[in-house]
Amino acid sequence: MRMIAKLAAGAALIAMTAGAAKAAEQVEVLHWWTSGGEAAALNVLKENLQKQGVAWKDMPVAGGAGSAAMTALRARVTAGDPPTAVQLLGFDLKDWAEMGVAANLDDLAKKEGWDKVIPAALQNFSKFDGHWIAAPVNIHSTNWLWINKAALDKAGGKVPTNIAELITMLDAFKGQGLTALAHGGVPWQDGTLWEAVVLSTGGPDFYKKAVLDLDPAALSGDTMKKVFDTMSKLRTYFDPNFSGREWNLSTALVIEGKAGAQEMGDWSKGEWLRANKKPGTDFVCIRFPGTQGSVLFNADQFMMFNVGGDAEKAQLKMASAVEDPAFQIAFNTVKGSVPARTDVSNEKFDDCGKKGMADLTEASSKGTLMGSLAHGYAQPAAIKEAMLDVITQHLNGQLTTEAALKRLPEAVKAAK
Amino acid sequence: MTTIEPVPALSPQGAPQRQGRTFADGVRNALPKIVLAPSFAVILVFVYGFILWTVYLSFTTSRILPVYKWGGFDAYFRLWSQPNWYVAMQNLAIFGVLYIGICIILGLGIAILMDQRIRAEGLLRPIFLYPMALSFVVTGTAWKWFLNPGLGLENTMHNLGWTSFKFDWLVNPKMAIYTVVIAGVWQASGFVMAMFLAGLRGIDGEIIKAAQIDGASTVSIYRRIIIPLLRPVFLSAFIVLAHMAIKSYDLVIALTGGGPGNATELPSTFMYSYTFTRNQMNVGSASAVMMLMGITAIIVPYLYSELRERKQ
Repeated sequence: MRMIAKLAAGAALIAMTAGAAKAAEQVEVLHWWTSGGEAAALNVLKENLQKQGVAWKDMPVAGGAGSAAMTALRARVTAGDPPTAVQLLGFDLKDWAEMGVAANLDDLAKKEGWDKVIPAALQNFSKFDGHWIAAPVNIHSTNWLWINKAALDKAGGKVPTNIAELITMLDAFKGQGLTALAHGGVPWQDGTLWEAVVLSTGGPDFYKKAVLDLDPAALSGDTMKKVFDTMSKLRTYFDPNFSGREWNLSTALVIEGKAGAQEMGDWSKGEWLRANKKPGTDFVCIRFPGTQGSVLFNADQFMMFNVGGDAEKAQLKMASAVEDPAFQIAFNTVKGSVPARTDVSNEKFDDCGKKGMADLTEASSKGTLMGSLAHGYAQPAAIKEAMLDVITQHLNGQLTTEAALKRLPEAVKAAK
Repeated sequence: MTTIEPVPALSPQGAPQRQGRTFADGVRNALPKIVLAPSFAVILVFVYGFILWTVYLSFTTSRILPVYKWGGFDAYFRLWSQPNWYVAMQNLAIFGVLYIGICIILGLGIAILMDQRIRAEGLLRPIFLYPMALSFVVTGTAWKWFLNPGLGLENTMHNLGWTSFKFDWLVNPKMAIYTVVIAGVWQASGFVMAMFLAGLRGIDGEIIKAAQIDGASTVSIYRRIIIPLLRPVFLSAFIVLAHMAIKSYDLVIALTGGGPGNATELPSTFMYSYTFTRNQMNVGSASAVMMLMGITAIIVPYLYSELRERKQ
């Protein structure tokens, strides 16, 4: 027994000295921006903070969509040693805030007027119980269609404005011997396509009713049947190797001209830019046919954890640096997204970026800025994944449309 | 703890000598305990402690983080109402039976052939055994490329001119689980072969000679004498393969990512996704407890029979 007590004391001593060493002004940031462009964009923030004397301790956890990062975060929070700031999405912010681990950024937000410049739909997630807990970095949107310009010109050059025209265009791509629609068969990608089809088929009101309010009648009704039928139809335009493919490999197919179009969030623009392609001449970005005027959003945010003491000062400096318009411009022009604040000049952005910013302002004022399901801004993780199960099983032919319509409300109910 | 021996009142020079020897004896006697104690303590906490913790979590309302609020059997009801769980169980049944069965049959077959005093056995043995040296992640990734219709086997056959060749199991939800079996068997059958080969080499040659003198054919020698004698090897192979089948996670993740759809979901991938990405830690824990019970159901009878045999 005495041995164990000694060991425990030793461990405690080591932990305490480690804690003391950390007290200098620094921020520890957990994120999953590990690709070239993303890392470069983050450097802007790092250098900015270094100028203010705040050291940046990077804690990158590779792995798409951040599930590995979340596992690391759980371990840190359970051990009582949370990082200063963590990249989080949507309902995960709420789930963590409910655990009572969030910092309070109210004073800073008030001083810098965040309430006025950050869209209300986004504030729902950056605030918990009316208090600011996170600094939003950007706004992505998922209802985009990326088209190879050369293929489009061959197909007549007219961009589709509804699903029927989309099908016509895809048929033309097929006729050119291309993979008409580049898609990666991973549940979140299937969900990204599905939510665009829902919005296109039923309009923003139906999207709100079905996806945001989870109305059982909407989830199993005729409109939803049309959605699933469209998904089955779109499935016929995929290439045989789509299953399990990463989104950026699908984007590469469109860039190389092996595929005609891809439905994907605006992060795919980063891939085009890195391949030195220009919007308008090499590729065309349009809202997914039939979803003009609406924006399904997904925003990266840095949630600030309750670290207390000296670390808090550095934390506030970081939050302020994230909302700095110069950083917002520098980061978002690289990442493909648009600034999280609506008062930033669009001068430095390309055509797609300018369109994205204009669409965001329009959707925000019309109330058609809605959370994306596949990216955690429409439903908590449990319900989101339960819906994605049904969507992906249907798309892969494991469920018929009838079964999917029956299963969808059931899955939602079981996950609540 | 230490017992103080009465100091012998005899020769004054003898006393320290004797005491020194007692101390050394004490150390020597305690040495195995001292050496084993840390690993025992570590196992106690990090295996059995966490098993108990997981069992406890499965009875709480934990979602994103462990919380210690009693939730009764709610997590188990939720678990058994998930269609995904049934898919996972069904896939485990298919995967487990085929993986264990094919590995044992192939392993035994190769071992018997290797046992025919063939040339270059020393070269062949490591070739068959080598896949075991690879991690499941490498195996999964390699087979993912090999079976991908656009990159691997099918594409190669098409390039060679056999255009009607079709092998798309990897992307076919109905067949994808069998690709996991293929990759798993490829990796483990060499290891099973080595186990059987060791068993075959351990069989007393006299018995076989006696059977040959009695005029038994090679086939019946194997069928009637050798294979029955290999019973303990069969049992060991089964135990090793069964628990590998239940805990196989990295192979599926690397090979199919659980897809297409959720066609290759296994209890292990189910546990991970519910605990860490779906914020339903209690349901994930409940599934882990079910997996533990599955392994227990295999290991306990095995240990029982082993220990009983020892006693006899």
